[in-house]
Amino acid sequence: MGKVLEKEAFGLAAKDNSGVLSPFRFARRETGEKDVRFKVLFCGICHTDLHMIRNDWGMSTYPLVPGHEIVGLVTEVGGKVTKFKTGDKVGVGCMVGSCGSCDSCTEGLENYCPKMIQTYGFKYYDDTITYGGYSDNMVCDEAFIIRIPDNLPLDAAAPLLCAGITVYSPLKYHGLDKPGMHIGVVGLGGLGHVAVKFAKAMGTKVTVISTSDSKRGEAINRLGADAFVVSRDPQQIKGAMGTMDGIINTVSATHSLLPLLGMLKHKGKLVMVGAPEKPLELSVMPLIFERKMVMGSMIGGIKETQEMVDMAGKHNITADIELISADYVNTAMERLEKADVRYRFVIDVANTLKPTP
Amino acid sequence: MAKSPETEHPNKAFGWAAKDKSGLLSPFHFSRRNNGENDVTVKILYCGVCHTDLHTIKNDWGFSYYPVVPGHEIVGIATQVGKNVTKFKEGDRVGVGVITGSCQSCESCDQDLENYCPQMSFTYNAIGSDGTKNYGGYSDTIVVDQRFVLRFPEGLPSDSGAPLLCAGITVYSPMKYYGMTEPGKHLGVAGLGGLGHVAVKIGKAFGLKVTVISSSPNKEDEAINRLGADSFLVSTDPQKMKAAIGTMDYIIDTVSAVHALFPLLGLLKVNGKLVTLGLPEKPLELPIFPLVLGRKMVGGSDIGGMKETQEMLDFCAKHNITADIELIKMDEINTAMDRLAKSDVRYRFVIDVANSLSRM
Repeated sequence: MGKVLEKEAFGLAAKDNSGVLSPFRFARRETGEKDVRFKVLFCGICHTDLHMIRNDWGMSTYPLVPGHEIVGLVTEVGGKVTKFKTGDKVGVGCMVGSCGSCDSCTEGLENYCPKMIQTYGFKYYDDTITYGGYSDNMVCDEAFIIRIPDNLPLDAAAPLLCAGITVYSPLKYHGLDKPGMHIGVVGLGGLGHVAVKFAKAMGTKVTVISTSDSKRGEAINRLGADAFVVSRDPQQIKGAMGTMDGIINTVSATHSLLPLLGMLKHKGKLVMVGAPEKPLELSVMPLIFERKMVMGSMIGGIKETQEMVDMAGKHNITADIELISADYVNTAMERLEKADVRYRFVIDVANTLKPTP
Repeated sequence: MAKSPETEHPNKAFGWAAKDKSGLLSPFHFSRRNNGENDVTVKILYCGVCHTDLHTIKNDWGFSYYPVVPGHEIVGIATQVGKNVTKFKEGDRVGVGVITGSCQSCESCDQDLENYCPQMSFTYNAIGSDGTKNYGGYSDTIVVDQRFVLRFPEGLPSDSGAPLLCAGITVYSPMKYYGMTEPGKHLGVAGLGGLGHVAVKIGKAFGLKVTVISSSPNKEDEAINRLGADSFLVSTDPQKMKAAIGTMDYIIDTVSAVHALFPLLGLLKVNGKLVTLGLPEKPLELPIFPLVLGRKMVGGSDIGGMKETQEMLDFCAKHNITADIELIKMDEINTAMDRLAKSDVRYRFVIDVANSLSRM
């Protein structure tokens, strides 16, 4: 039997795989000596939240309180906490724990630790289930807390904690951050629009690759992309063949990799950050004859998440958000499913998530 | 009037060619150019039989121009060198591999990566820089630009060294390029044929722990006791595959038929790299979740440039690495091709050209 939890909490939970979110009273642990407790101000809605509330991946346990793009103000710190104090602006992303001793953890890559504990729906060290940021307060080990730079608006900064790190990490790891390089971004949604902003801030030339022309104006005029290719138009693809050093592919639907591989230069890298459930067709010719590579990436370690947020602070990078009230969340999920959002919903938790009497 | 293969060049040559997509090889008279100022003329001693030869004679890839004289694992003696040739002299033991031409002035050529030059031409079944068709090493002589001739190191036997000119470089190049050479790391070699068995030997020479991944349990004894692999994983045994999940830093995948990548990707550790070398007829299925969850990579590779091919030969000579071969006579080639189609060879046929190719 799990530990008895003492601190009241209130949030929105899915109770079954219909995914409908409704008010939920629960409890969190007391602030431990290494913990940071904070009042949640905002929480971003990630596509993963949608998959998890519906149990699309077969790993959800109910009740499920989603949310892993969480920002707020510190209300209490444990006795051994050194990096944060009451009043600090902080955030928590997709992880709240890891083993701390494996190769991945030692290299600051807690995200690849086989015992990594996700912010919601996972078993914590005390055998309780973690609850995410669609709730009024959060408590988290100091090692997984991110400091949010003062100059960033908290609501628009929240999505950086998942979307931001998911695109930042591979741009750095695969050396796609060198000024003058040409980076393609496939899919202009939560991940894609942030990828454009980070890639531009790194000094690269950015081409957005999308299935329809409708986002061309936005991509170029608002997000700062240099070019736009409609992937269903053979002429446009042809014009872009062999021009890109790397492509960040955010698309999670089934799609063809061949035109994307074609757009890479020799030795180019196709990085998958979206995760289609079914395998995709892979022609090995571009890999063998042009030494192109396909690789994957998943969020990032805590150190590089902090680095990413600091870079966002320096370059004023935030997500483009639609701020919603807590009672709009189910409608938001339906719209998210249809990709009807420019480009991330963020729940105004502090102002609109009220416990029901 | 079009010239015939026999008359298009001044010097008679003789070999065996496939005349149609039955792939049946038979004696063939043709001709070779005069030795130009940059050329080396090679009297061919041995030629390895590569799986690509089989694909080409049967027109599996749809671009065979018959008659095809295959053979791109050629070892012989230089009998003539042009006046600009500095690296070789008559009597030298030399090798010719998969390519015999490139533009020699593009970015790839400047980086010694002639294999990626857009104007690269293959040793056989391709049009050379003089506009005539290239004929390969199942023949008595070949004339090659010095840039594409390799020095065969002292101590590297001509017969069992010949397959290194394709199989050797095909596995050596990606191991270097993708950084699969850190001593102590764990390399999986999928498929134990011409490429695979050389990959095991080269992997061991780099100080790696090597596991062979194969669907044929009867190759285990060979793999461990003869080739020096550290362990053997039967890919059709679910228990064993499960136990090996997340244990390998790198995988060299030599399987040329369509095959599942999912189980191989599962064997890789986080940040693991899988390099695929075979050319299946249909696309493979690539599961994305394993790549994302483990930051894994799938890449490919194709032979190598001339500089690294020479480096590979020198490396193999130093570490006494040769192919395991079955020496055959020229007139046994059709039987050998039938056996190769069934993977019935440990692990490369090599034609004893000089001793068995008699002009008819």
